[in-house]
Amino acid sequence: MKPSLPLITLENIKIFRGRVKVLDLPTFSLNQREMISLIGPNGSGKSTLLLTLNGLLKPAAGKILFKGRVLDSNQALLESRRRMAMVFQEPLLFDTTVFNNVASGLKIRGIKKEKIRTRVMEYLERFNIGHLAGRSARKLSGGEAQRTSLARALATEPEVLFLDEPFSALDPPTRQSIITDLERIIRETGLAAVLVTHDETEAIRLSDRILVLNRGEIVQTGEPREIMNRPVNRFVAEFVGMENVIPGQVLGKSQGRVSISIPGGIIRTSAADIPGEKVYCGIRPEKIQVWKGESPAAIADENVFQGRVTAVSSNGPFLKVFLDCGLPLSAYMSREILAEEKIKTGDTYSIAFRPEDIHLMPGEDEIS
Amino acid sequence: MGLILEGIIKAFQLLFTLNPEVLRITLLSLQVSGAATLFSVFVGISTGMILALSSFPGKRFLVSMVNTGMGLPPVVVGLFVMIFLWRNGPFGFLGILYTPLAMIIAQSAIATPIVTGITIAAIQNLPPMLRLQIKSLGATRLQMVWFLVREARLPLLAAVMAGFGGVISEVGASIMVGGNIKGYSRVLTTATVMESGMGNFDVAIALSVILLLLTFLINYLLTTIQQRERPR
Repeated sequence: MKPSLPLITLENIKIFRGRVKVLDLPTFSLNQREMISLIGPNGSGKSTLLLTLNGLLKPAAGKILFKGRVLDSNQALLESRRRMAMVFQEPLLFDTTVFNNVASGLKIRGIKKEKIRTRVMEYLERFNIGHLAGRSARKLSGGEAQRTSLARALATEPEVLFLDEPFSALDPPTRQSIITDLERIIRETGLAAVLVTHDETEAIRLSDRILVLNRGEIVQTGEPREIMNRPVNRFVAEFVGMENVIPGQVLGKSQGRVSISIPGGIIRTSAADIPGEKVYCGIRPEKIQVWKGESPAAIADENVFQGRVTAVSSNGPFLKVFLDCGLPLSAYMSREILAEEKIKTGDTYSIAFRPEDIHLMPGEDEIS
Repeated sequence: MGLILEGIIKAFQLLFTLNPEVLRITLLSLQVSGAATLFSVFVGISTGMILALSSFPGKRFLVSMVNTGMGLPPVVVGLFVMIFLWRNGPFGFLGILYTPLAMIIAQSAIATPIVTGITIAAIQNLPPMLRLQIKSLGATRLQMVWFLVREARLPLLAAVMAGFGGVISEVGASIMVGGNIKGYSRVLTTATVMESGMGNFDVAIALSVILLLLTFLINYLLTTIQQRERPR
């Protein structure tokens, strides 16, 4: 099959705010039907990239292409923008009814009244807000307002949808139900989407590809699992929830195992790529097993440490346990285990992690 | 007390007997101030939009100028319009001093900064991301301006009311450039000044009551437009 043309391509894009470079992308492309999540700290250039893709921000240098056509004139920008849609963190609704809000993008395009009516009702129903059509947009709850905003964006039947943290101001149940509806509609319509988010679970759930940005540059790009389990450096690791990042020194390799000296002892990993002498060892907290007393049968006699519990905090269905094993580590435990074990701060526990769950990243000296 | 009561009674007499002089004065007041308001709305809203939506060096200075202009003393405006239209002045050749047109010009100069200033504040008060949202819906520049005007319609109608209120009640400039000529350039405010100066308090009160009624009616009309069409 002939690979389809990318929907949007950016080439050598540079954007400055004052004299500060806020975005520097040698190359980027969004494919048809692809969902990309942009993650990174505040000020890393996520929203700037989104506005650039939408043609709302003019780059100081570089080219933007929509389906192979260079967007170099106001006319080209307007035409491409009419095939895209954007939803912001704030619903930014107009001071009129829900119906008129959803109709606004269609009115802008000069679509006939009867067609607007059917299309608006269709999208109101899709977002389960058909009953609110006649209500003032000022009198909606946060969730209803964001549903209206999403319906307004999608009613224009765009080819790309840009989402700038659209769920971050919503309470968790509302958030979940909107994400479920949106995900279904995006998959049904087959449009491409770019989502800016601070929530890694949202990014994993919704995207085919994740881009990690820092200081206006792409630090890593890959499938969600790749980014979560194999971050390229300490910055990405900490950003994607690989909370245990331990500095170490490679001692040697034997029998398919790499021995690494860390502050609390020696650990062994099966990692194939050793980035250098000095490394960071990353272990996701959910990969660490914690127990008391006799070791469970499944645990091999490798990478076992003793640690004192320093703190316990709640994290959704899990409990996060902080341990001092000569170096600080964090691990997840289910509430059930906790109920049985009655974990207390100050208690000593055994912990272990499998050699294959250790991910090696370049150490301090290796980063140029 | 008797004086005020007599004045009010006289006002209704003058109104209901359709006194031709009072009618003419009232009509001219409406025409002059209406035309000036119309002009100021057109120029003021456009200028205000441009100033609010663009950024350029010196913008802050210009906006300060507009804001200062909101409090322009009518006599100062009257003086300058008068000098400009004076027989030997730069526009003396037009020969329009002491005509209703001169009054319209002076009143426009008073109302335009008021409308411009309120427009700037109204547009800048909208959420900054709203412009991006409208653009991202595929709007052209003109469509975006239209959406913004609609979003700011409440304060913009307030701007119209403030502009009209400023000029219908103004007397200094109108007397200076209109001359208060009977049957030609006499309006409610200038007539009130004259009548009270002559000691005819009953007529002066009558004219004031008419002026108040008129201002109330116009504002009531504008408020009705402003408040209607608010969805459920």
